[in-house]
Amino acid sequence: MDVLFSETPWGPVLILLPLAGGIACFLFPASAKTMGLLTVALVGLVVVGLGWQLLEYGVYHHAVGGWGAPLGIDLAADGLSLLMLAMTALVGFGVSLYATGYFRPADSVRFWPLWLLLLGALNALFLSGDLFNLYVTLELVGLAAVALTALQGGRDALTGAMRYLLATLLGSLLYLLGVALLYHGYGTVDIALLSERVAPSPVAWAALGLMSAGLILKTALFPLHFWLPPAHASAPAPVSAVLSALVVKASFYILLRLWLAIFSDISGGVAGLFGLLGAGAVLWGSWQALRQTQVKLLVAYSTVAQIGYLFLAYPLASGMGVTAWSAMAYLAFSHALAKAAMFLAAGNMRQFGGHDRIADLDRVVQRLPLTVGAFALAGVSIMGLPPSGGFNGKWLLLQAALTQGRWEIVGVILLGGLLAAGYVFKVLGNAFTQAPKTHEPISVPARMQWAAMLLAAGAILVGFLASPFLALMGVGDPFSVGGLRP
Amino acid sequence: MSIPFLYALVGIGLFCLGLHALIVHDHLLRKILAINVMGSGVFLVLVALARRGGDSPPDPVPHAMVITGIVVAVSATALALSLMLKVKAATGRAELPDKDGG
Amino acid sequence: MLPLILALAAGLGYTVLSLPEQVQGLQGAVADQLEKSGVTNPVTAVLLNFRGYDTLLEMVVLLLALLGVWSLGAQPEVRTESDSGPVLDILTRLLVPVLVLVAAYLLWAGAHAPGGAFQAGAVLGAAGVLWILTCGRLQHGLARLPLRIALVAGVATFMAVAALALQTGRQLLEYPPAQAGSLILLIEVIATVSIGLTLATLFLGVEPTDKE
Repeated sequence: MDVLFSETPWGPVLILLPLAGGIACFLFPASAKTMGLLTVALVGLVVVGLGWQLLEYGVYHHAVGGWGAPLGIDLAADGLSLLMLAMTALVGFGVSLYATGYFRPADSVRFWPLWLLLLGALNALFLSGDLFNLYVTLELVGLAAVALTALQGGRDALTGAMRYLLATLLGSLLYLLGVALLYHGYGTVDIALLSERVAPSPVAWAALGLMSAGLILKTALFPLHFWLPPAHASAPAPVSAVLSALVVKASFYILLRLWLAIFSDISGGVAGLFGLLGAGAVLWGSWQALRQTQVKLLVAYSTVAQIGYLFLAYPLASGMGVTAWSAMAYLAFSHALAKAAMFLAAGNMRQFGGHDRIADLDRVVQRLPLTVGAFALAGVSIMGLPPSGGFNGKWLLLQAALTQGRWEIVGVILLGGLLAAGYVFKVLGNAFTQAPKTHEPISVPARMQWAAMLLAAGAILVGFLASPFLALMGVGDPFSVGGLRP
Repeated sequence: MSIPFLYALVGIGLFCLGLHALIVHDHLLRKILAINVMGSGVFLVLVALARRGGDSPPDPVPHAMVITGIVVAVSATALALSLMLKVKAATGRAELPDKDGG
Repeated sequence: MLPLILALAAGLGYTVLSLPEQVQGLQGAVADQLEKSGVTNPVTAVLLNFRGYDTLLEMVVLLLALLGVWSLGAQPEVRTESDSGPVLDILTRLLVPVLVLVAAYLLWAGAHAPGGAFQAGAVLGAAGVLWILTCGRLQHGLARLPLRIALVAGVATFMAVAALALQTGRQLLEYPPAQAGSLILLIEVIATVSIGLTLATLFLGVEPTDKE
C-alpha cells in the first residue's frame, strides 16, 4: 500500500484527469453533469494523495518526458503548491455541486467541458516549474475563464468578458516578453535553475518589471483592477465564484513564485510599491464596495480589496519572511472559500428574488436561512473576525507589521476591516427587513444553498486548523529563497 | 550591432507599437489587431536572439516556443473575434462601453 | 501616453542590447539528445518530445477556443449560404486537393526538416476555409458526435500516449527511445487532422447542426 502511494504519479494524474473529464463531457453532453461532478470529486481525492506524498517524502518532483530541466519541463510541488491545489479542489467541488442545480440544460452542457478544462489548467499551473509552461497554462486559464463569463450571454456579461479578455491577453504578453528576456539572458526557463543563475542586471530588472506588470494586471491589483468588477459581477454565479476565488489566485501565485525564487534579491523598491498598491486596493475596493447597490458588484469590489491585503505581505516579508508569507497564504486560502461562498449565496438571493438589488432583499433571512447564514459566515472571514481563516491571516499580518513598526500598514488593515464590516452588514441588514416592494419568491434548490454553506463553514473551520495548515504549508520550505528546489 | 539584435529591436518596437494602439484605439477590432501585433513583436524577440550562436545552428527551443505561442495567439484571436461580434450584436457598436467609476 | 510608450521602448531596447553578442543557447543540449528523440529535426524534437507537454497543453488551448466560440452561440451576421463567384469555385476545386497533398508532405517532412503537425494542420485548415467559403456548410452526418470525436482526437491521442508512459512506470510523456519516432508520427498524424478541422470549424463560427 505504501509502495502504491509513493509510486503513483499524483501530479500528472491531477492534470490529466480533469482534462479527460472535460473531453468526455464534450463528447457525451447527456451525462455531462454526473461525469463532471464525479471528476471533480476524484480530483479532490488525488490532491489528498499528493498531500500524503508530500508529507511523507518532501517536495514532489516530476521530470516530464524524463529529460529534466533545462531541456525538458519539470513539475514540482511543495507546501505552497499543495495549498493552492487543495484550495482549488475544495472550491471546485462546492462550485460543481452548486452548478448541477444552477444551469439550464442548454447552458449546462456548455459549462461542464469549459469548467473541467479550467480545473485541469489550474492544476497544471500550480504544479508547473517552468516559466514558458506557466505561460501556456495561464492562457488556458484565461481563455476558459472568459468563455465561462460569457456563457449565459447578456449585454453586461458580454462586454465584461470582452474587457476581461483584452486585459488578460495584455497581461500574458507582458509576462511572455519577460520570459523571452530571461531565457535569452540566462539560457533557461526553469524556475529552479533561474533562481541560481539570475543576478542583478538590466535583463533581470526588465523581466521583473514586465512580468510583475502583466501579473498584477491579471490579478486585478489596484489600479489595474478596472476589468474585474464588471466581469465578476455579470458572470453566472458559480463562474463568479471560480473567478474571484481561483482564477485571480493563479496569476497571484505565479508572481509569488517568481518573487521567492528569482526576484526578491534584486527587487529594490518594488516590494514597497506592491505594498502601496495593496493599501490602495484595500481602501479603494472597500470604499467602492460600500457604495454599491447590487450584491454581486459589492462582492466583486470586495475581491479587489481582499487582493490588496495579499500584497501587503510583500513589504513586510523583508523583515519577517515566514510570518508575512504565511499570512498571505492563509488569507488567500480563506478568501477563496469565503468569497466563493459569498458569490454562491448572492446567486441564490438573485435567483430567489429575480434581482440582486441590496435595498430590495425582501426578508431573505426567513426564506433562505442557509444562504444568509452562509453569507454571514463568509463575511466573518472577510472581515477578519475570530474564529475564521481570515482572522488567522490578518492576525499574522498584523504581527508582522507591528513587530517591524510598520504602523501605516497596521492602520490600513484595521481600517479595511472596519470598511468590510460596513459592507457585509449592509447586505445582512437588508436581508432582515421587508422590502418596499415584495415579490413572488422562486425556489432555490437545496444543494445550491448547502454548497454555499459548506464553503462558508470551510472558511471558518480553517481558522481552527492553524497548526496543521501551517505545517502543511511548510513542506519543502517554500518561503526560503530559492523555492521549488528538487 | 549584429543582425539578430536588429530584429530583436524591431520586435521591441512592434511590441510597443501594439501596446500604444491597444490603449489608444476604441474599436474592438483595432484592439484585437494590436494584441496580435504585440504578440508578433514578442515572437520576433524570441526567434531573433536565438541566432546568436555564431557558426552553430540556431537554438531550436525558442523556435518551438514561438510555434506554441502562435497557436495560442490564434486561439485567443478566434475567441476574441467571436466575442466582439456578440458584443456588437448586443450593444450595436463594436466598442466597450465607458467604464463607470472605480 | 506616447512619451511613456517611447520610454518603455527605449528601456527595453537598451535591455536587449545589453545581452551578450555570442551565446550558446540550448542547441548543444538538443543536439546531444537528438538521436534519442525519434526525429532528426531539432525543432520537432523539442516540440513533440523534449517540451511535448507544452504542445499537449497548447492543443488543449485550441480545443478550448473552439468550445468557447461554440458556447457563445450563433452569430447573427455569419452567412451560412455561400455567394462566391465562379473564380473562387474553380480555384477551390483546384486548390483543395493540392493543399491536402501539401499538408501531408509537411507532416511527413516534419521529422527531418521544417514541418510537422501544426504546420500541416494550418494548411489543412486553409483548405477547410476555402471549402466553407464556397460550399458554406459541412456535410450532413458530420455534425454532433463524429465531428466532436475528430476534433478531440488529437488531444486525446496525445494524452493517451502520455498516460501510457505513466502506466509503464516511466515519467509522463516519456517515450521509449525505440518507439519514439513512431509514437511521434502517430500523434502528429491524428493531431494534423484535428488541428485542421478545429481551425476550419473556428472559421465557421457556429456549431454545425444537422438541419439543412
